[in-house]
Amino acid sequence: MSSQTAGLLQLLALIGALALAYRPLGDYMARVYSSQKHYAPERWIYRAIGADPAVEMRWPAYLRGVLAFSAVGVLFLYGLQRLQGSLPGSLGFVSIDPDQAFNTAASFVANTNWQSYYGEQAMGHLVQTGGLAVQNFVSAAVGMAVAVALVRGFARSRTGELGNFWSDLVRGTVRVLLPLSVVGALVLVACGVIQNFAGIHEVGQFGGGTRQWNGGAVASQEVIKELGTNGGGYFNANSAHPFENPTPFSNLFEVFLILLIPFSLTRTFGRMVGNLRQGYAILATMGVIWVAFTGLMLWTEFAGRGPALEVAGGAMEGKETRFGIAGSSLFAVATTLTSTGAVNSFHSSYTGFGGGITLLGMQLGEIAPGGVGSGLYGMLVMAVIAVFIAGLMVGRTPEYLGKKIGTREIKLAACYLLVTPALVLCFTAAAMALPTPAGSMTNSGAHGFSEILYAYTSGANNNGSAFAGLNADTQWFNSTIGIAMLLGRFLPMVFVLALAGSLARQKPVPETAGTLRTDKPLYAGLLVGTIVIITGLTYFPALALGPLAEGLAA
Amino acid sequence: MNTSVAATARLLGAGLRALLVLTVICGVLYPLALTGAAQTLFPGKADGSEITDQGGRTVGSSLIGQTYTLPGGDPEEAARPDPRWFQPRPSDGLGANSVNTQYTLLLSGATNRSADNGAVDGACPKDAEEGTLCAQVTAAQRAVVADNSTASYTVAPRDVPADAVTSSGSGLDPHISPAYAELQVHRVAERNKLGVERVEQLVREHTEGRTLGFIGEPRVNVLELNTALKSLIRS
Repeated sequence: MSSQTAGLLQLLALIGALALAYRPLGDYMARVYSSQKHYAPERWIYRAIGADPAVEMRWPAYLRGVLAFSAVGVLFLYGLQRLQGSLPGSLGFVSIDPDQAFNTAASFVANTNWQSYYGEQAMGHLVQTGGLAVQNFVSAAVGMAVAVALVRGFARSRTGELGNFWSDLVRGTVRVLLPLSVVGALVLVACGVIQNFAGIHEVGQFGGGTRQWNGGAVASQEVIKELGTNGGGYFNANSAHPFENPTPFSNLFEVFLILLIPFSLTRTFGRMVGNLRQGYAILATMGVIWVAFTGLMLWTEFAGRGPALEVAGGAMEGKETRFGIAGSSLFAVATTLTSTGAVNSFHSSYTGFGGGITLLGMQLGEIAPGGVGSGLYGMLVMAVIAVFIAGLMVGRTPEYLGKKIGTREIKLAACYLLVTPALVLCFTAAAMALPTPAGSMTNSGAHGFSEILYAYTSGANNNGSAFAGLNADTQWFNSTIGIAMLLGRFLPMVFVLALAGSLARQKPVPETAGTLRTDKPLYAGLLVGTIVIITGLTYFPALALGPLAEGLAA
Repeated sequence: MNTSVAATARLLGAGLRALLVLTVICGVLYPLALTGAAQTLFPGKADGSEITDQGGRTVGSSLIGQTYTLPGGDPEEAARPDPRWFQPRPSDGLGANSVNTQYTLLLSGATNRSADNGAVDGACPKDAEEGTLCAQVTAAQRAVVADNSTASYTVAPRDVPADAVTSSGSGLDPHISPAYAELQVHRVAERNKLGVERVEQLVREHTEGRTLGFIGEPRVNVLELNTALKSLIRS
């Protein structure tokens, strides 16, 4: 069997597995977020928090909950890193410097997991397991909560109430993420992912002598890193490290984990708005983009264009033998079309076009299928824009799911769309204009520019992967990427929740013969077109200077 | 004003309590319970899949690649590969990014060189700048050809597979492609005074196919192969 055929079969197996999980998981999550029942352990948690889970919140209250919880998260994680050297469980590692501690705290709370540190050489058990891995759970749960609040905005009318943030946070964590993580982590350990607290120890070597290894609670962190679309590796090499991703099967399983919740949430959406076909239209849009990107990536990586790759006889630089080109390409597309940013191969060494596909994937706004929660609300904002454009074409007030898309709604959606491109392009331009940031580049020319464009694209879109030749552990990059991550995460949430509040207040508009059917293939096509055109127009000049220049020269 | 400050403080307090409770659940109970389960169900794997040689001595992990180099030599220079053993992929990304000098820890990482790194006018020149990907790949190819050609067996540059001249993502890739293992058979047989067919058989025995026939790529685990080779030499 050729590697290409094997790659296509892996893609088909992935689609099959996701399809099998789609209905049960999507329906289960809809029940989790709709149920009135609180389990006993959850009631203890609410008592500890001091929050009444039955209280309904309007959008400003919901937003305050999100921001307060996240602000505390940043401060806590910052403090934990700054004190690491004085706390137990540090494995002897020193405290993290202020700029890097800020960057890492912002990164993990913003569900980005950009890492300017080397996992195995900087973070001990306490920070990894008690700090970083915890944010892997709760930042994902916050994303899901905001998405569910927006869905309630569409589903409810004449109220303005969006649910209870604390209840959504706790349920997302203990009813969805934790059970899936326990099962997934055991599968990973069965493949060979390590799970111990051995710390730094010596291991005998073939040629005599020993080597120092850093053991740790890797499986428990690896699973939520993928499932919560986080992406922060325990080790510097992330999911390319054999202790994080030991076999071809574990590789495919990790890609599955990355895509599982974001795709299934479209079913949750359909279920909660009472029209499953609306969910299928969103699913189809996400699926088409994901499959198309995967196809393009397989094509360019198997073609292997690029001077050094042609001398080598294949695009294997930065890729592991056990995954090959196909397993690496599948992972690279999944990780950049979601907000994961875990890598099993190093994007900087991909072909020029391959690197461009990972960049473009993030620039789409990570909505196909996107991050846990953030993918769904990002795609729903795009859906609002698409009905608006369709409304302009026929001269009718646009509606989506029985809600009028008026001036206020479209302003909020437009603000949402502008945040990340503004952050990416302004910071990239500033970094290129200043004299020192360019000193962090490993590669020169078009690829050097791509390294910086990639860094801010990844930060502002909360991805976290990198063209890792860039030395990002400088005060400039730690600070600016940290700011980009926080603004790129929380400003859009403000607009999403405001939009949700505004939608929930409306009374539903009855469907007429003139209403645009948003559950049909025609609309899914319009949505794909809207996404591609808006992103293309925004980023084309920047892409032309970086990956397109590199790819066309090869 | 005072009420809004108080309200904010109350909210931040609730956020802190929520974070602490969830830290206990997700950051303490969950990893500890999972470690217990993993150590009970899969003890060897949870500890890093260490393997032993015939004499029961630990020789490393079947998951982590090692170097097989000649002892001694100039410490300033890169160690020279030991031709008696099968050689792994290059790992040019390792060592360059060490930040913590407290330990000589095993560090993972890739070169992150771009496909056109070191190229001039869209092609790798013969004298590519040192340290660039063009230079690394060209030098590695030359070395593989020179090291593996024996009196009766000539290696051509086009026979050298891509994995033999490129660094992996982790720099710790435990595998090589069957083609690269095959290419090393004649050298290994000659240096160890073994029959070529016997070594070929050994490589075949240690070649893993794709999982379920389609997942991943065929591969040879270098440490397991060398460990088996060592016991073959001793017997």
